[in-house]
Amino acid sequence: MTNFPPANTPAIEVFNLTKIYGSGNTEVVAMKGVTLQVARGQVIALLGPSGAGKSTLLTAMGLINPPTSGRILIGGVPVLDGPLPLVSLRAFRRHHLGFVFQKANLIPFLNALQNVQVALEINDVPPRQARRRALELLDYLGVADRAVNLPDALSGGQQQRVAVARALANQPDLLLADEPTAALDSHRGRQVMELFRKVAHERGTGVIVVTHDQRSLDVFDWTYEMEDGVIHAGAKSHTSTRS
Amino acid sequence: MNLAAQDIRHNVGRFALTAVGIGLLLMIVLGMSGIYRGMIDDALVVVDRIGADLWVVQRSTRGPFAEVSRVPANLEHRLRAVPGVASARTFVSHNVQREHEGRALRMNVHGLAWPEDNGAWVTLTAGRPLAQSHYELIADVSLGLNLGEKLVLGKDTYTVVGITKGMVASGGDGIAFFTTQDAQAVQFDLSGEAIRLERAARVQRAVGQDIGRVQPLLLERGGGLSSGIPALARPMVSAITVRVTEGTDPAAVAATIAAWPDVSVHTRDDQVQLLVYGMIDKARRQIGLFRVLLVIISTIIMALILYTLTLDKIHDIAMLKLMGARNSMIVGLILQQALLLGGLGFGIAWNLGGWIFPKFPRRVLITPEDLWGLAAVVVLISVLSSALGIWKALRVEPNKVLS
Repeated sequence: MTNFPPANTPAIEVFNLTKIYGSGNTEVVAMKGVTLQVARGQVIALLGPSGAGKSTLLTAMGLINPPTSGRILIGGVPVLDGPLPLVSLRAFRRHHLGFVFQKANLIPFLNALQNVQVALEINDVPPRQARRRALELLDYLGVADRAVNLPDALSGGQQQRVAVARALANQPDLLLADEPTAALDSHRGRQVMELFRKVAHERGTGVIVVTHDQRSLDVFDWTYEMEDGVIHAGAKSHTSTRS
Repeated sequence: MNLAAQDIRHNVGRFALTAVGIGLLLMIVLGMSGIYRGMIDDALVVVDRIGADLWVVQRSTRGPFAEVSRVPANLEHRLRAVPGVASARTFVSHNVQREHEGRALRMNVHGLAWPEDNGAWVTLTAGRPLAQSHYELIADVSLGLNLGEKLVLGKDTYTVVGITKGMVASGGDGIAFFTTQDAQAVQFDLSGEAIRLERAARVQRAVGQDIGRVQPLLLERGGGLSSGIPALARPMVSAITVRVTEGTDPAAVAATIAAWPDVSVHTRDDQVQLLVYGMIDKARRQIGLFRVLLVIISTIIMALILYTLTLDKIHDIAMLKLMGARNSMIVGLILQQALLLGGLGFGIAWNLGGWIFPKFPRRVLITPEDLWGLAAVVVLISVLSSALGIWKALRVEPNKVLS
């Protein structure tokens, strides 16, 4: 269906990222000297307690909350030098990034199919082609039978699958997921995590998942711990295998 | 995919109710404009239908449409002698309010210069023009009189012989056409006691003067009919209308008449200007101000509604931005809804107005120019009212999705 880039190309590289909120007495260092590289086709987990800086790192990598200093390259393209954008961030997000959150954040007045289709149309895919590709993605993620349902009529797990389909719609270099299973039971949470692995390994997308869920760590290629804004060396999962 | 249409489908009830609300407001704007147009049309109906080239009125007055004007009825004979004058007719017009069958009947009494004018120029929906010099009238349908109905005015009883439609005076009262003599009889009707007192007063005035004492016949005449006293003039009329012969310049005839020291002369255009910018000017400005206020209110209400609709979607808009949606897509979502809301409101105003306005007591005249004008205003206020929502939507940061 699609020509994917080589698996060994970095999906994202971040160097020495620091994020400071406030100044003077109210200064808070949310992230300090974070350096990380995620290859295409890799799925990694970011672990850590609340306030460790996981979401700050994720939103920085997602180009929605620029760091105070440091550099970010996505797909080999420098995109941020400190807070300074080197490209049009919105256009770059459109082409290269996908997002999944704790809540599916589906647009309530669009059905499942349209929620995926709109992501494609935003990227200038003609409506008919967008519809076909959206349906293929829903089928790939196992929710094609709910294509015409509004989000209200979908279960939490189904909503997250649609959200993943939407995030993958434009074949992003990188998929960022922030606590995607927090609102799901353990069974459905596991299904979603396995879905990320499937996406990463089959489609060559780099996937970064912020999670507290210790039960599904085996699905990740690497896990990283964050604490007090500092990232610790990653650990390779023993059970994860490239399919 | 049209996001605006999808959103409306999802909130169709609220959107429909909002459109109805906007439609009702716009209907009032349209109605105000129609009332103004109706007032002008009503004011001009007599001037237009009579078709006089010149109006000769009391000196230094602007004629019966502006103020009281009194000229002698025999002025018409003098005017007929002016070169270029084809016809000259007396014009009598005044309002009366009388009791008729237990209800107040307010009408504009209009005198026709019988026998030259029997009202044949009046468009009748039923009946016929006047056929005799007294005791007949042609009534506008708005007066609620039926063909053949008897109407007592003063000491005389008049029969409705013709019915017209749309013949109303500038004040909105239906016009009743009588002969000039009957119109004056209605206007100057006095009770028997008032006549007796007037005659006694005349006698007393004569007694107090030398001439009354040396000419006893004067006392006898003074106590008799007014028409028997040469010194008392016939009742005055409001104006004389003049038509010039074909090929004659009305301005030239007007210049001749204007040289007379006892009268003033106005052209047809003068009368139209007087009616539109004089008599109904304050009403015109008042209605104009109301229209402006209503348009402002409509804009504010639309803006608030669109702003609320935008706030409801702010999280979705942030999500769209996170996905990389261009500003044009976000603006289009809000602007299309605003235009659709305005368009639906306009349609509702037009259709509902078309049904309701004919039931109004005064004429509401909707012209194509007013409709196009309102359509342009609706487009403008739709764009303006969406500005607040657009401003809010464009300020939303994509990371709002995380909150």
